[in-house]
Amino acid sequence: MINQIFFFYFSAVIVAMSLLAITRRNVMHGVLYMLLLFFHIAGLYLFLNAEFISAVQIIVYAGAIMVLFLFVIMLLNLREDIRKKQFLAIWPMGLLVSSGILMVILMSMLTIRIGASGIWGIAQIERVTQTAAVGTVLYTQYLFPFEVASLVLLVAIIGAVVLAKKRIK
Amino acid sequence: MMFETAMFGIPQWLWTIGLIIVKIAVVLGAVMLHVAYATYFERKVIGRMQNRLGPMVVGPYGLLQPIADGIKSFFKEDIIPTNADKPIFFMAPVLGLMAALSSLAVVPFFNHFVIADINIGLLFLFAMSSLAVYGVILGGWSSNSKFSFLGSLRASAQVISYEVPLGLSLVGVMLMSGSLNITEIVNAQSRYPGGMYITAQWLGFFVFVVSAIAETNRSPFDLPEAEQELIAGFFTEYSGMRFALFFMAEYTGMIIMCSIAVLCFLGGWTIPPFVLKLLPFLGAVPGVVWFIMKFYACMFFYYWIRATLPRYRYDQLMAIGWKVLIPLALANIVVTAAIKFLLHHGGQQ
Repeated sequence: MINQIFFFYFSAVIVAMSLLAITRRNVMHGVLYMLLLFFHIAGLYLFLNAEFISAVQIIVYAGAIMVLFLFVIMLLNLREDIRKKQFLAIWPMGLLVSSGILMVILMSMLTIRIGASGIWGIAQIERVTQTAAVGTVLYTQYLFPFEVASLVLLVAIIGAVVLAKKRIK
Repeated sequence: MMFETAMFGIPQWLWTIGLIIVKIAVVLGAVMLHVAYATYFERKVIGRMQNRLGPMVVGPYGLLQPIADGIKSFFKEDIIPTNADKPIFFMAPVLGLMAALSSLAVVPFFNHFVIADINIGLLFLFAMSSLAVYGVILGGWSSNSKFSFLGSLRASAQVISYEVPLGLSLVGVMLMSGSLNITEIVNAQSRYPGGMYITAQWLGFFVFVVSAIAETNRSPFDLPEAEQELIAGFFTEYSGMRFALFFMAEYTGMIIMCSIAVLCFLGGWTIPPFVLKLLPFLGAVPGVVWFIMKFYACMFFYYWIRATLPRYRYDQLMAIGWKVLIPLALANIVVTAAIKFLLHHGGQQ
């Protein structure tokens, strides 16, 4: 019962915050609503007994990525979103793409099936703590995908450095 | 467990909530007192180091100076710039102080005295210390002033850069103790032969100290508020109580960083086992005394550094963070992990 109340609260706020974040014309306000959104996602993780993921959500998204967003907004000195014809004229295209994505999400939601639960039940996770559970699974069962993901990120970092250094030769 | 009746017919959960509220009150009172007197001792210590007396007028040896400062800032006019983004301008100092104060929830000051003994205590501290920068950034941006703006721009780049070595420097401690729970880290240290992780993690401690000073925007890395260039940096436009809130957030941040240093590297409320074997009567001293002694030493170090070193240039600050501290912290992790692996598996597998 209490879990459902909290789930309803978190999901309602998440929806409201994401709507507010994309409708604000002041970029800074949009970013701040997104910050609140990340906090509520972290709260949702906490209710799923995923304390490690929830802390990482705050550290990575709220603490690093949003600060980077703010940094870019301040560097470009954006206050209000500009309302220019060349940006607004293509709105039917945007509507088409986003409704297509919505269709895909709806279709996948309708065909979703809950698989068999593995060994990591709530009792097991509470015994070994979630941090240890994530570490164990990530470094044994999913080691290869994990390494591939880190390699992809490394490529992105090197790419950024190369692009930034292009002018100096 | 929820509706068990414990003492005096009061249900157990009410006792738990009451205990938590009492703990919050005690911690908040102690920390706020320390914040007030940290400013006093900073002025005294730096004064002595510069051959001055420091505050001497209000009360004996100027002891009532922090109280006078507090009352003064409370009654000062609260000036708001005309073009400020008002909601964010009001929110920024509160957000900064809130992030700093909520970190106190997971700091154990002595054995079993912690508001929330959670499994991810160290990660919670990282999360909150990375949120503290929002107060600085939003305060600087919403003031709509060039000085504040430049100050907060510097602050955001600095804090993002130094969060990385700060986190990495503590990975060695996590590896050695095998836990993220701060109480368990301290207990693991008291089982460790040296009694303090600083002996094995000296490199991690060095990286931690430098990045903690940068993360709290203290001298010699206080570029966000460099007086000669930016007046006061991000809080130039703030006055009265809002200014005092920024000040409290900064000093609470220092207190948190010193507490992490004491808990993760200096053994927290315990003393090394070999010292206890040599001088057994020291075991009668309550743990909080050791904690406070180590903590004051760390706070003194902050002041000492401030009185000794000149401010770094901005490019030097970035170079130290990315080219020195992060590689050192990564090397420390690799060496610690390798040694732990060798000790546990004896080199086979």
